Amino acid sequence: MDLIIQGIIQSFWLLVHGDPAVLRVVLLSLLVSGAATILSLIVGVPFGVVLGLARFPGRRFLISLVNTGMGSPPVVVGLIVTLFLWRAGPLGVLHLLYTPSAMVIAQFIISFPIIAGFTMASVQQLDPKLRLQIISLGASQLQMVWLLLKESRLPLLAAIMAGFGSVISEVGASMMVGGNITGQTRVMTTAIVGEVSRGQFSLAIALSILLMILVYLVNLILTIIQQRSKPR
Amino acid sequence: MRQEAVSAAHFALEARNISVVLGGLKVLEVSSLQVLPNQVLVIIGPNGSGKTTLLLTLAGLLRPASGTILYQGQAVNSKAEILRLHRRVAVVFQEPLLLNSTVWDNITLGLRLRGVKKEEIKLRANKWLERFGIAPLAGRQAKTLSGGEAKRTSLARAFALQPDVLFLDEAFNGLDSHSRQSIIDDFQDVLGEAKTTTVIVTHDSSEALALAHRVIVLMDGHIRQIGSREDVFSNPVDEQVATFVEVENIISGVVASNQGGIVTVNVGKDAVEAVSDYAAGEEVTLCIRPEEITLAGLRATSSARNSFAGKITRLVFFGALTRVEIDCGFPLVALITKRSAEEMNLDKGKPIYASFKATGVHVIKR
Repeated sequence: MDLIIQGIIQSFWLLVHGDPAVLRVVLLSLLVSGAATILSLIVGVPFGVVLGLARFPGRRFLISLVNTGMGSPPVVVGLIVTLFLWRAGPLGVLHLLYTPSAMVIAQFIISFPIIAGFTMASVQQLDPKLRLQIISLGASQLQMVWLLLKESRLPLLAAIMAGFGSVISEVGASMMVGGNITGQTRVMTTAIVGEVSRGQFSLAIALSILLMILVYLVNLILTIIQQRSKPR
Repeated sequence: MRQEAVSAAHFALEARNISVVLGGLKVLEVSSLQVLPNQVLVIIGPNGSGKTTLLLTLAGLLRPASGTILYQGQAVNSKAEILRLHRRVAVVFQEPLLLNSTVWDNITLGLRLRGVKKEEIKLRANKWLERFGIAPLAGRQAKTLSGGEAKRTSLARAFALQPDVLFLDEAFNGLDSHSRQSIIDDFQDVLGEAKTTTVIVTHDSSEALALAHRVIVLMDGHIRQIGSREDVFSNPVDEQVATFVEVENIISGVVASNQGGIVTVNVGKDAVEAVSDYAAGEEVTLCIRPEEITLAGLRATSSARNSFAGKITRLVFFGALTRVEIDCGFPLVALITKRSAEEMNLDKGKPIYASFKATGVHVIKR
């Protein structure tokens, strides 16, 4: 019990004083997971739109891949990325292993199927006749896709939340491809694991509180946007 | 060749030898069809006959497997030509299909997509909001509208585009009868003024038929009959068409007088009494359901306000019912049971009295 109380008091101290080590870890977490989510949006949204709207051979197979990817364990993703980036691996010449870039790549692979899958589901839940209506109003292909995405903005926000939420709280892949190097690849989740394994609970508790607050804030902002565009 | 090209330009839209294949099945085959400018073309047919497919193909929303669609005499093939066609027509579906935004945004969307100037958009949107009685709803979220309001919005959105051809796909279905009637009344008024070239698909709407300049009967993906409304309804080409069009008697006339809500409508040399508010001089269409008409061998007095002497021109038997086509100065179709027909010894050429109540006549303004 003493351990917990001590930990909480010390973590409060760290938070209030804005400990530079804590700040650096939080900042890197946001940067890596933010970059991975943005990349996943850039690639995943168009991919999801095509999967949801177009009909082509191999589509079902791709959908099954995306669905599998949505539930893929981060450690497995971490292992695959490590194997590729290993010095003797196919992409070893890039010297990316144990860098934030490697972590972005791994987190991208985790969040991409989630965002593609959510996008696909959200454009598919629209009335198919809505596409005809939009085209008959005079929209070009691109305008039509834009309007459909705008129409499914609420489920798309859920996609962003799910994508970001999955990578900010992921530990297995980041640990494996990043290495939890202090000042370089240490993010909140890997730091928590590292600190706990060393018996240093105060920093772990402080980071956990921050992580929870962060996840809460991101979701709060998105929820506010989502609820605002709903009819009153 | 050259002459043909010139005359083709007089059609708003034309289909030549088109066939449409959906899911490996040929669902539509039309060798020749013209949509004439400033006319209302009504496509009728049973469910699954390919009506909506035909409409979508004419509007450029569905690519035929073979054949050509011509818009004002020019073939619509390339992507650019198809987009150009989309930007000249407007389609109203059964569902209002509004985007999750305000009524104003919905009404102006098509205009914005078509690159209409801002002031013009404002002008047109306001005009059509006003015209369909939804101006106070402009700022409302489309999701909060009632079914009738949403339908008015989708109609205003279509008319604001000032389309060369307006397409309506079962547009008045799925509304409660009160709002349906008031929307159809408004629509008919608007169409009467705007004289927009219109293609209407319906499987049961007598209101739409009342507007028709030409009627197409579509069955099993083929056009069975094209003609004026009177043509199709009094001279169906075959038994199948006859069976299908038994829905209504549709007769054109002019209101001669209105006395306390009872109008006398001149139909050719005859006069029909009906319950209606229209004033003398109005051109109207009368709809009488065939089952409202009773037949008698002798003229007898009854409470029915209308009774006409005529001759049987054709008898069609199907199941327990018999369709009796009568010429009494104007064509009239009655639907009676087979047993009555047999007991009365009905036969082609036989004189007959047809009567119906004034309340059995549905009067529609043209």
